[in-house]
Amino acid sequence: MRTGTDRVKRGMAEMQKGGVIMDVVNAEQAKIAEEAGAVAVMALERVPSDIRAAGGVARMADPTIMEEVMGAVTIPVMAKARIGHIVEARILEAMGVDYIDESEVLTPADEEFHLLKSEYTVPFVCGCRDLGEAARRIGEGAAMLRTKGEPGTGNIVEAVRHMRKVNAQVRKLVTMDDAEIMTEAKLLGAPFEVLLEIKRLGRLPVVNFAAGGVATPADAALMMQLGADGVFVGSGIFKSENPAKFARAIVEATTHYQDYELIAELSKGLGGAMKGIEISSLAPEARMQDRGW
Amino acid sequence: MVKIGVLGLQGAVREHVRAVEASGAEAFIIKWPEELEEMDGLIIPGGESTTMRKLIDKYQFMPNLKQFAAEGKPMFGTCAGLILLAKHVVGYSEPHIGVMDVTVERNSFGRQRESFEADLAINGVAEQYPAVFIRAPHIVEAGENVEVLAKHNGRIVAAREGQFLGCSFHPELTEDNRLTNFFVQMVTESKAKSTLV
Repeated sequence: MRTGTDRVKRGMAEMQKGGVIMDVVNAEQAKIAEEAGAVAVMALERVPSDIRAAGGVARMADPTIMEEVMGAVTIPVMAKARIGHIVEARILEAMGVDYIDESEVLTPADEEFHLLKSEYTVPFVCGCRDLGEAARRIGEGAAMLRTKGEPGTGNIVEAVRHMRKVNAQVRKLVTMDDAEIMTEAKLLGAPFEVLLEIKRLGRLPVVNFAAGGVATPADAALMMQLGADGVFVGSGIFKSENPAKFARAIVEATTHYQDYELIAELSKGLGGAMKGIEISSLAPEARMQDRGW
Repeated sequence: MVKIGVLGLQGAVREHVRAVEASGAEAFIIKWPEELEEMDGLIIPGGESTTMRKLIDKYQFMPNLKQFAAEGKPMFGTCAGLILLAKHVVGYSEPHIGVMDVTVERNSFGRQRESFEADLAINGVAEQYPAVFIRAPHIVEAGENVEVLAKHNGRIVAAREGQFLGCSFHPELTEDNRLTNFFVQMVTESKAKSTLV
Protein backbone atom coordinates (compact mmCIF):
# COMPACT_ATOMS: atom_id res chain seq x y z
CA MET A 1 0.00 0.00 0.00
CA ARG A 2 1.57 3.25 -1.17
CA THR A 3 0.34 6.73 -0.17
CA GLY A 4 1.35 10.09 -1.66
CA THR A 5 2.42 8.69 -5.05
CA ASP A 6 2.27 10.89 -8.15
CA ARG A 7 -0.65 8.83 -9.42
CA VAL A 8 -2.63 9.30 -6.21
CA LYS A 9 -1.85 13.03 -6.04
CA ARG A 10 -2.44 13.80 -9.71
CA GLY A 11 -5.43 11.46 -9.77
CA MET A 12 -7.12 13.48 -7.02
CA ALA A 13 -6.98 16.54 -9.30
CA GLU A 14 -8.26 14.50 -12.26
CA MET A 15 -11.40 13.78 -10.22
CA GLN A 16 -12.04 17.52 -9.93
CA LYS A 17 -12.15 18.02 -13.69
CA GLY A 18 -15.08 19.86 -15.18
CA GLY A 19 -15.83 21.22 -11.74
CA VAL A 20 -15.71 24.47 -9.80
CA ILE A 21 -13.62 25.04 -6.68
CA MET A 22 -14.92 27.88 -4.54
CA ASP A 23 -13.23 30.14 -1.98
CA VAL A 24 -15.05 30.15 1.37
CA VAL A 25 -14.30 31.79 4.70
CA ASN A 26 -16.60 29.84 7.02
CA ALA A 27 -18.80 26.76 7.41
CA GLU A 28 -21.91 28.55 6.20
CA GLN A 29 -20.30 29.56 2.90
CA ALA A 30 -18.82 26.07 2.52
CA LYS A 31 -22.31 24.57 2.78
CA ILE A 32 -23.66 27.00 0.18
CA ALA A 33 -20.79 26.01 -2.14
CA GLU A 34 -21.36 22.26 -1.62
CA GLU A 35 -25.09 22.69 -2.12
CA ALA A 36 -24.45 24.55 -5.38
CA GLY A 37 -22.37 21.63 -6.68
CA ALA A 38 -18.78 22.76 -6.02
CA VAL A 39 -16.25 19.90 -6.37
CA ALA A 40 -14.13 21.34 -3.56
CA VAL A 41 -13.81 24.41 -1.40
CA MET A 42 -10.78 26.56 -0.59
CA ALA A 43 -10.88 27.54 3.08
CA LEU A 44 -9.51 31.03 3.67
CA GLU A 45 -9.52 33.77 6.24
CA ARG A 46 -10.25 36.38 3.57
CA VAL A 47 -11.06 36.12 -0.14
CA PRO A 48 -8.44 37.68 -2.47
CA SER A 49 -10.30 40.98 -3.02
CA ASP A 50 -10.43 41.49 0.76
CA ILE A 51 -6.75 40.56 1.08
CA ARG A 52 -6.08 43.24 -1.52
CA ALA A 53 -8.17 45.78 0.37
CA ALA A 54 -6.67 44.92 3.76
CA GLY A 55 -3.03 45.19 2.64
CA GLY A 56 -0.19 44.13 4.96
CA VAL A 57 1.12 40.58 5.13
CA ALA A 58 -1.30 37.83 4.12
CA ARG A 59 -0.60 34.47 5.79
CA MET A 60 -2.09 30.98 6.08
CA ALA A 61 -5.57 31.18 7.62
CA ASP A 62 -6.30 30.40 11.27
CA PRO A 63 -6.51 26.57 11.51
CA THR A 64 -9.89 26.97 13.22
CA ILE A 65 -11.35 28.03 9.86
CA MET A 66 -10.01 24.92 8.08
CA GLU A 67 -11.29 22.74 10.90
CA GLU A 68 -14.72 24.35 10.79
CA VAL A 69 -14.97 23.95 7.02
CA MET A 70 -13.71 20.34 7.05
CA GLY A 71 -16.37 19.55 9.62
CA ALA A 72 -19.12 21.17 7.57
CA VAL A 73 -18.77 19.50 4.14
CA THR A 74 -17.95 16.10 2.66
CA ILE A 75 -16.31 17.45 -0.52
CA PRO A 76 -12.52 17.99 -0.45
CA VAL A 77 -11.15 21.00 1.39
CA MET A 78 -8.16 22.95 0.08
CA ALA A 79 -6.18 25.67 1.84
CA LYS A 80 -3.46 28.14 0.93
CA ALA A 81 0.12 28.28 2.20
CA ARG A 82 2.59 31.05 1.42
CA ILE A 83 5.08 30.38 -1.38
CA GLY A 84 8.07 28.61 0.15
CA HIS A 85 6.58 28.39 3.66
CA ILE A 86 7.52 24.84 4.62
CA VAL A 87 5.91 24.99 8.04
CA GLU A 88 2.54 26.41 6.93
CA ALA A 89 2.41 23.60 4.34
CA ARG A 90 3.29 20.96 6.94
CA ILE A 91 0.65 22.34 9.33
CA LEU A 92 -2.03 22.08 6.63
CA GLU A 93 -0.88 18.55 5.78
CA ALA A 94 -0.96 17.54 9.46
CA MET A 95 -4.51 18.90 9.75
CA GLY A 96 -5.67 16.64 6.95
CA VAL A 97 -6.39 19.34 4.38
CA ASP A 98 -6.95 17.53 1.05
CA TYR A 99 -4.99 19.86 -1.23
CA ILE A 100 -2.61 22.76 -0.62
CA ASP A 101 -2.43 25.81 -2.85
CA GLU A 102 1.08 27.27 -2.74
CA SER A 103 -0.37 30.63 -3.52
CA GLU A 104 0.77 34.03 -4.70
CA VAL A 105 -2.42 35.44 -3.16
CA LEU A 106 -0.57 35.26 0.15
CA THR A 107 2.63 37.19 0.78
CA PRO A 108 5.57 34.97 -0.24
CA ALA A 109 7.71 33.58 2.59
CA ASP A 110 10.58 32.82 0.23
CA GLU A 111 11.36 34.94 -2.82
CA GLU A 112 13.88 32.46 -4.23
CA PHE A 113 12.58 28.94 -3.65
CA HIS A 114 9.18 27.36 -4.00
CA LEU A 115 8.31 24.32 -1.87
CA LEU A 116 9.72 20.91 -2.82
CA LYS A 117 6.25 19.50 -3.17
CA SER A 118 7.37 15.97 -4.03
CA GLU A 119 8.36 15.57 -0.34
CA TYR A 120 4.78 15.78 0.89
CA THR A 121 2.00 13.20 1.03
CA VAL A 122 -0.64 15.86 0.43
CA PRO A 123 -0.93 17.11 -3.18
CA PHE A 124 -0.26 20.70 -4.23
CA VAL A 125 -1.71 23.09 -6.78
CA CYS A 126 0.41 26.01 -8.05
CA GLY A 127 -0.15 28.95 -10.33
CA CYS A 128 1.55 29.41 -13.70
CA ARG A 129 1.70 32.10 -16.39
CA ASP A 130 3.61 30.17 -19.04
CA LEU A 131 4.98 26.73 -19.82
CA GLY A 132 8.32 27.38 -18.15
CA GLU A 133 6.62 28.19 -14.86
CA ALA A 134 4.23 25.24 -15.28
CA ALA A 135 7.10 22.83 -15.90
CA ARG A 136 9.13 24.16 -12.95
CA ARG A 137 6.22 23.59 -10.60
CA ILE A 138 5.62 20.09 -12.00
CA GLY A 139 9.35 19.45 -11.56
CA GLU A 140 9.01 20.38 -7.87
CA GLY A 141 6.10 17.97 -7.54
CA ALA A 142 2.93 20.03 -8.09
CA ALA A 143 0.07 17.62 -8.92
CA MET A 144 -2.23 20.29 -10.30
CA LEU A 145 -1.79 23.67 -11.97
CA ARG A 146 -3.93 26.75 -12.37
CA THR A 147 -3.50 30.03 -14.15
CA LYS A 148 -2.34 32.80 -11.87
CA GLY A 149 -4.60 35.36 -13.47
CA GLU A 150 -4.84 38.45 -11.31
CA PRO A 151 -6.63 37.36 -8.12
CA GLY A 152 -9.27 39.49 -6.48
CA THR A 153 -9.78 41.75 -9.50
CA GLY A 154 -12.85 40.14 -11.07
CA ASN A 155 -11.04 40.77 -14.35
CA ILE A 156 -10.53 37.70 -16.55
CA VAL A 157 -7.92 39.19 -18.89
CA GLU A 158 -4.84 37.83 -17.10
CA ALA A 159 -6.24 34.30 -16.71
CA VAL A 160 -7.01 34.29 -20.44
CA ARG A 161 -3.47 35.44 -21.21
CA HIS A 162 -1.95 32.69 -19.03
CA MET A 163 -4.16 29.88 -20.34
CA ARG A 164 -3.55 30.83 -23.97
CA LYS A 165 0.17 31.18 -23.40
CA VAL A 166 0.60 27.76 -21.77
CA ASN A 167 -1.53 26.00 -24.37
CA ALA A 168 0.22 27.70 -27.31
CA GLN A 169 3.60 26.71 -25.87
CA VAL A 170 2.45 23.11 -25.37
CA ARG A 171 1.28 22.97 -28.99
CA LYS A 172 4.62 24.31 -30.17
CA LEU A 173 6.53 21.81 -28.01
CA VAL A 174 4.55 18.87 -29.34
CA THR A 175 5.59 19.67 -32.92
CA MET A 176 9.29 19.96 -32.03
CA ASP A 177 11.97 17.50 -32.94
CA ASP A 178 13.40 15.78 -29.81
CA ALA A 179 16.76 17.35 -30.57
CA GLU A 180 15.24 20.81 -30.16
CA ILE A 181 13.81 20.22 -26.70
CA MET A 182 16.96 20.85 -24.66
CA THR A 183 17.26 24.30 -26.19
CA GLU A 184 13.58 24.93 -25.51
CA ALA A 185 14.19 23.82 -21.90
CA LYS A 186 17.02 26.35 -21.65
CA LEU A 187 14.91 29.13 -23.14
CA LEU A 188 11.89 28.43 -20.94
CA GLY A 189 13.92 27.69 -17.82
CA ALA A 190 12.03 24.40 -17.69
CA PRO A 191 13.18 20.92 -16.61
CA PHE A 192 14.12 18.88 -19.72
CA GLU A 193 12.44 15.65 -18.51
CA VAL A 194 9.16 17.42 -17.84
CA LEU A 195 9.15 18.85 -21.36
CA LEU A 196 9.87 15.40 -22.81
CA GLU A 197 6.91 14.02 -20.87
CA ILE A 198 4.64 16.83 -22.11
CA LYS A 199 5.73 16.15 -25.68
CA ARG A 200 5.11 12.41 -25.31
CA LEU A 201 1.62 12.97 -23.82
CA GLY A 202 0.71 15.83 -26.15
CA ARG A 203 -0.54 17.76 -23.11
CA LEU A 204 0.46 18.70 -19.54
CA PRO A 205 0.81 15.64 -17.27
CA VAL A 206 -1.40 17.32 -14.65
CA VAL A 207 -4.68 19.19 -14.92
CA ASN A 208 -4.64 22.96 -15.42
CA PHE A 209 -7.56 24.93 -13.96
CA ALA A 210 -8.49 28.55 -14.55
CA ALA A 211 -8.04 30.93 -11.62
CA GLY A 212 -7.62 34.62 -10.88
CA GLY A 213 -10.41 36.87 -12.12
CA VAL A 214 -13.36 34.59 -12.87
CA ALA A 215 -16.42 36.71 -12.01
CA THR A 216 -19.36 35.48 -14.13
CA PRO A 217 -20.76 32.22 -15.59
CA ALA A 218 -19.60 33.44 -19.01
CA ASP A 219 -16.05 33.90 -17.67
CA ALA A 220 -16.05 30.31 -16.40
CA ALA A 221 -17.32 29.00 -19.75
CA LEU A 222 -14.76 31.11 -21.61
CA MET A 223 -11.92 29.53 -19.65
CA MET A 224 -13.27 26.03 -20.28
CA GLN A 225 -13.44 26.81 -23.96
CA LEU A 226 -9.82 27.93 -23.92
CA GLY A 227 -8.88 24.52 -22.56
CA ALA A 228 -9.10 24.82 -18.77
CA ASP A 229 -9.84 21.53 -17.00
CA GLY A 230 -11.98 23.27 -14.41
CA VAL A 231 -12.37 26.59 -12.61
CA PHE A 232 -11.42 28.22 -9.32
CA VAL A 233 -13.66 31.06 -8.25
CA GLY A 234 -12.24 33.22 -5.52
CA SER A 235 -13.93 36.48 -4.71
CA GLY A 236 -16.46 36.10 -7.57
CA ILE A 237 -19.10 34.16 -5.66
CA PHE A 238 -19.31 35.52 -2.15
CA LYS A 239 -18.67 39.09 -3.31
CA SER A 240 -21.66 38.89 -5.66
CA GLU A 241 -25.16 39.98 -4.61
CA ASN A 242 -26.69 36.51 -4.58
CA PRO A 243 -23.94 33.95 -3.81
CA ALA A 244 -26.07 30.75 -3.89
CA LYS A 245 -27.58 31.58 -7.26
CA PHE A 246 -24.28 32.78 -8.62
CA ALA A 247 -22.51 29.62 -7.45
CA ARG A 248 -25.07 27.34 -9.13
CA ALA A 249 -24.88 29.32 -12.36
CA ILE A 250 -21.09 29.09 -12.48
CA VAL A 251 -21.22 25.31 -11.87
CA GLU A 252 -23.69 24.84 -14.73
CA ALA A 253 -21.82 27.12 -17.12
CA THR A 254 -18.66 25.10 -16.44
CA THR A 255 -20.38 21.77 -17.21
CA HIS A 256 -22.12 23.04 -20.34
CA TYR A 257 -19.57 25.59 -21.47
CA GLN A 258 -20.56 25.35 -25.13
CA ASP A 259 -24.31 25.58 -24.59
CA TYR A 260 -24.83 29.30 -25.12
CA GLU A 261 -28.60 29.27 -24.80
CA LEU A 262 -28.26 27.64 -21.41
CA ILE A 263 -25.57 30.10 -20.30
CA ALA A 264 -27.77 33.00 -21.45
CA GLU A 265 -30.62 31.56 -19.40
CA LEU A 266 -28.60 31.13 -16.24
CA SER A 267 -26.94 34.55 -16.57
CA LYS A 268 -30.34 36.27 -16.31
CA GLY A 269 -31.15 38.23 -13.19
CA LEU A 270 -28.10 37.12 -11.27
CA GLY A 271 -27.72 40.50 -9.63
CA GLY A 272 -24.44 42.37 -9.68
CA ALA A 273 -21.16 40.52 -10.14
CA MET A 274 -18.23 41.76 -8.07
CA LYS A 275 -17.13 45.23 -9.08
CA GLY A 276 -13.74 44.42 -10.56
CA ILE A 277 -10.49 46.28 -11.18
CA GLU A 278 -8.80 47.33 -14.42
CA ILE A 279 -5.37 45.63 -14.40
CA SER A 280 -3.44 48.65 -15.70
CA SER A 281 -4.64 50.64 -12.68
CA LEU A 282 -2.78 48.28 -10.33
CA ALA A 283 0.55 49.45 -8.96
CA PRO A 284 3.39 47.01 -9.77
CA GLU A 285 3.63 45.91 -6.12
CA ALA A 286 -0.12 45.13 -6.10
CA ARG A 287 0.23 42.58 -8.92
CA MET A 288 -0.04 39.19 -7.19
CA GLN A 289 0.84 37.24 -10.32
CA ASP A 290 4.41 38.55 -10.24
CA ARG A 291 5.03 36.80 -6.94
CA GLY A 292 6.93 33.53 -7.38
CA TRP A 293 8.88 32.76 -10.57
CA MET B 1 -19.00 -2.63 -31.99
CA VAL B 2 -20.86 -1.78 -28.79
CA LYS B 3 -21.57 1.80 -27.77
CA ILE B 4 -20.56 2.77 -24.26
CA GLY B 5 -21.58 6.08 -22.75
CA VAL B 6 -19.48 7.85 -20.12
CA LEU B 7 -21.58 10.14 -17.95
CA GLY B 8 -19.92 13.48 -18.70
CA LEU B 9 -21.22 15.81 -16.01
CA GLN B 10 -17.96 16.03 -14.06
CA GLY B 11 -14.88 13.97 -13.21
CA ALA B 12 -12.48 11.60 -14.96
CA VAL B 13 -14.42 11.42 -18.22
CA ARG B 14 -11.55 11.64 -20.70
CA GLU B 15 -9.69 8.74 -19.05
CA HIS B 16 -12.68 6.40 -19.27
CA VAL B 17 -13.17 7.32 -22.92
CA ARG B 18 -9.53 6.37 -23.58
CA ALA B 19 -9.90 3.05 -21.72
CA VAL B 20 -13.15 2.16 -23.52
CA GLU B 21 -11.61 2.91 -26.92
CA ALA B 22 -8.52 0.88 -26.03
CA SER B 23 -10.87 -2.00 -25.17
CA GLY B 24 -12.32 -1.98 -28.68
CA ALA B 25 -15.67 -0.29 -28.05
CA GLU B 26 -17.04 3.08 -29.12
CA ALA B 27 -17.15 5.73 -26.40
CA PHE B 28 -19.59 8.62 -26.12
CA ILE B 29 -19.63 11.45 -23.59
CA ILE B 30 -23.16 11.78 -22.22
CA LYS B 31 -24.15 15.30 -21.22
CA TRP B 32 -27.94 15.15 -21.68
CA PRO B 33 -30.45 12.43 -20.62
CA GLU B 34 -31.77 11.66 -24.11
CA GLU B 35 -28.25 10.75 -25.25
CA LEU B 36 -28.51 7.61 -23.09
CA GLU B 37 -31.02 5.92 -25.40
CA GLU B 38 -28.51 4.94 -28.07
CA MET B 39 -26.07 3.43 -25.58
CA ASP B 40 -25.53 -0.29 -24.91
CA GLY B 41 -23.73 0.32 -21.61
CA LEU B 42 -22.90 3.21 -19.29
CA ILE B 43 -19.89 4.12 -17.19
CA ILE B 44 -20.34 6.51 -14.28
CA PRO B 45 -16.88 7.92 -13.65
CA GLY B 46 -14.98 8.98 -10.58
CA GLY B 47 -15.40 12.59 -9.50
CA GLU B 48 -17.36 14.24 -6.74
CA SER B 49 -20.56 12.29 -6.13
CA THR B 50 -22.34 15.27 -4.56
CA THR B 51 -21.60 17.45 -7.60
CA MET B 52 -22.67 14.77 -10.06
CA ARG B 53 -25.88 14.22 -8.11
CA LYS B 54 -26.75 17.94 -8.21
CA LEU B 55 -26.26 17.97 -11.98
CA ILE B 56 -28.19 14.71 -12.43
CA ASP B 57 -31.15 16.35 -10.72
CA LYS B 58 -30.72 19.66 -12.47
CA TYR B 59 -30.88 18.07 -15.93
CA GLN B 60 -33.48 15.46 -14.95
CA PHE B 61 -31.23 12.50 -15.65
CA MET B 62 -32.72 10.33 -12.93
CA PRO B 63 -35.71 8.81 -14.79
CA ASN B 64 -33.52 8.01 -17.80
CA LEU B 65 -30.81 6.44 -15.65
CA LYS B 66 -33.39 4.29 -13.85
CA GLN B 67 -34.93 3.34 -17.19
CA PHE B 68 -31.48 2.40 -18.50
CA ALA B 69 -31.04 0.07 -15.52
CA ALA B 70 -34.57 -1.33 -15.89
CA GLU B 71 -33.82 -2.27 -19.50
CA GLY B 72 -31.07 -4.53 -18.16
CA LYS B 73 -28.26 -2.58 -19.78
CA PRO B 74 -24.89 -2.86 -18.05
CA MET B 75 -23.69 -0.02 -15.83
CA PHE B 76 -20.21 0.38 -14.35
CA GLY B 77 -19.56 2.80 -11.49
CA THR B 78 -16.06 3.71 -10.37
CA CYS B 79 -15.59 5.42 -6.99
CA ALA B 80 -18.21 8.22 -7.09
CA GLY B 81 -20.00 6.12 -9.73
CA LEU B 82 -20.25 3.21 -7.28
CA ILE B 83 -21.81 5.54 -4.71
CA LEU B 84 -24.38 6.66 -7.30
CA LEU B 85 -25.30 3.04 -8.20
CA ALA B 86 -25.60 1.73 -4.62
CA LYS B 87 -28.99 0.98 -3.05
CA HIS B 88 -27.76 2.20 0.34
CA VAL B 89 -25.25 4.88 1.32
CA VAL B 90 -24.14 4.95 4.97
CA GLY B 91 -25.39 8.11 6.70
CA TYR B 92 -27.95 8.99 4.01
CA SER B 93 -31.61 8.03 4.13
CA GLU B 94 -32.02 7.97 0.34
CA PRO B 95 -29.76 6.42 -2.29
CA HIS B 96 -28.92 8.11 -5.60
CA ILE B 97 -29.79 5.90 -8.59
CA GLY B 98 -30.12 3.03 -6.10
CA VAL B 99 -29.98 -0.02 -8.36
CA MET B 100 -27.06 -2.16 -7.17
CA ASP B 101 -27.71 -4.18 -4.02
CA VAL B 102 -24.80 -2.93 -1.95
CA THR B 103 -24.30 -0.59 1.00
CA VAL B 104 -21.49 1.87 0.41
CA GLU B 105 -19.67 4.13 2.84
CA ARG B 106 -18.19 7.37 1.44
CA ASN B 107 -14.59 8.52 2.06
CA SER B 108 -14.17 5.39 4.14
CA PHE B 109 -10.38 5.17 3.91
CA GLY B 110 -9.92 8.75 5.15
CA ARG B 111 -8.97 12.07 3.62
CA GLN B 112 -6.67 12.68 0.64
CA ARG B 113 -3.43 12.09 2.59
CA GLU B 114 -4.70 8.53 3.24
CA SER B 115 -5.38 7.91 -0.48
CA PHE B 116 -3.22 5.08 -1.80
CA GLU B 117 -2.24 2.61 -4.51
CA ALA B 118 -2.34 -1.15 -3.91
CA ASP B 119 -2.14 -4.31 -5.98
CA LEU B 120 -5.37 -6.30 -5.95
CA ALA B 121 -6.51 -9.73 -7.05
CA ILE B 122 -9.78 -9.28 -8.97
CA ASN B 123 -11.78 -12.47 -9.46
CA GLY B 124 -11.99 -13.40 -13.13
CA VAL B 125 -10.16 -10.23 -14.19
CA ALA B 126 -6.60 -10.14 -12.91
CA GLU B 127 -4.37 -11.80 -10.32
CA GLN B 128 -2.54 -8.57 -9.78
CA TYR B 129 -4.19 -5.29 -10.66
CA PRO B 130 -2.82 -1.80 -9.90
CA ALA B 131 -5.66 -0.08 -8.06
CA VAL B 132 -5.65 3.66 -7.28
CA PHE B 133 -7.86 4.65 -4.33
CA ILE B 134 -8.66 8.35 -3.95
CA ARG B 135 -10.80 9.41 -1.00
CA ALA B 136 -12.41 6.12 -1.84
CA PRO B 137 -15.64 4.53 -0.65
CA HIS B 138 -15.98 0.83 0.09
CA ILE B 139 -18.78 -1.71 0.08
CA VAL B 140 -19.82 -2.34 3.67
CA GLU B 141 -22.46 -4.93 2.82
CA ALA B 142 -23.28 -6.84 -0.34
CA GLY B 143 -26.68 -8.42 -1.12
CA GLU B 144 -27.03 -12.16 -1.70
CA ASN B 145 -26.87 -11.94 -5.50
CA VAL B 146 -23.76 -9.79 -5.46
CA GLU B 147 -20.52 -11.43 -6.45
CA VAL B 148 -17.55 -9.99 -4.55
CA LEU B 149 -14.70 -9.53 -7.03
CA ALA B 150 -12.01 -7.96 -4.87
CA LYS B 151 -11.14 -7.07 -1.29
CA HIS B 152 -8.49 -4.87 0.20
CA ASN B 153 -7.61 -5.45 3.87
CA GLY B 154 -10.87 -7.31 4.29
CA ARG B 155 -13.01 -4.54 2.74
CA ILE B 156 -14.98 -5.16 -0.43
CA VAL B 157 -13.68 -2.87 -3.16
CA ALA B 158 -15.08 -4.44 -6.35
CA ALA B 159 -18.30 -6.33 -6.98
CA ARG B 160 -20.74 -7.38 -9.65
CA GLU B 161 -24.47 -7.94 -9.50
CA GLY B 162 -25.66 -9.15 -12.89
CA GLN B 163 -25.66 -6.09 -15.14
CA PHE B 164 -24.00 -3.86 -12.51
CA LEU B 165 -20.27 -3.56 -11.92
CA GLY B 166 -18.80 -1.32 -9.25
CA CYS B 167 -15.40 -0.59 -7.78
CA SER B 168 -13.97 1.74 -5.13
CA PHE B 169 -10.83 2.51 -7.10
CA HIS B 170 -10.00 4.16 -10.44
CA PRO B 171 -9.20 1.74 -13.29
CA GLU B 172 -9.22 4.75 -15.64
CA LEU B 173 -6.13 6.26 -14.00
CA THR B 174 -3.82 3.44 -15.07
CA GLU B 175 -2.92 2.03 -18.46
CA ASP B 176 -4.18 -1.39 -17.32
CA ASN B 177 -7.48 -1.81 -19.17
CA ARG B 178 -8.41 -5.29 -17.97
CA LEU B 179 -11.33 -4.19 -15.81
CA THR B 180 -12.71 -1.96 -18.58
CA ASN B 181 -12.25 -4.89 -20.95
CA PHE B 182 -14.29 -7.02 -18.56
CA PHE B 183 -17.08 -4.43 -18.63
CA VAL B 184 -16.97 -4.15 -22.43
CA GLN B 185 -17.37 -7.95 -22.48
CA MET B 186 -20.43 -7.63 -20.18
CA VAL B 187 -21.92 -5.07 -22.58
CA THR B 188 -21.18 -7.19 -25.64
CA GLU B 189 -22.87 -10.24 -24.07
CA SER B 190 -25.86 -8.19 -22.92
CA LYS B 191 -26.32 -6.70 -26.36
CA ALA B 192 -26.06 -10.10 -28.06
CA LYS B 193 -28.75 -11.42 -25.69
CA SER B 194 -31.12 -8.49 -26.21
CA THR B 195 -30.88 -8.65 -30.01
CA LEU B 196 -31.70 -12.41 -29.89
CA VAL B 197 -34.98 -11.73 -28.11
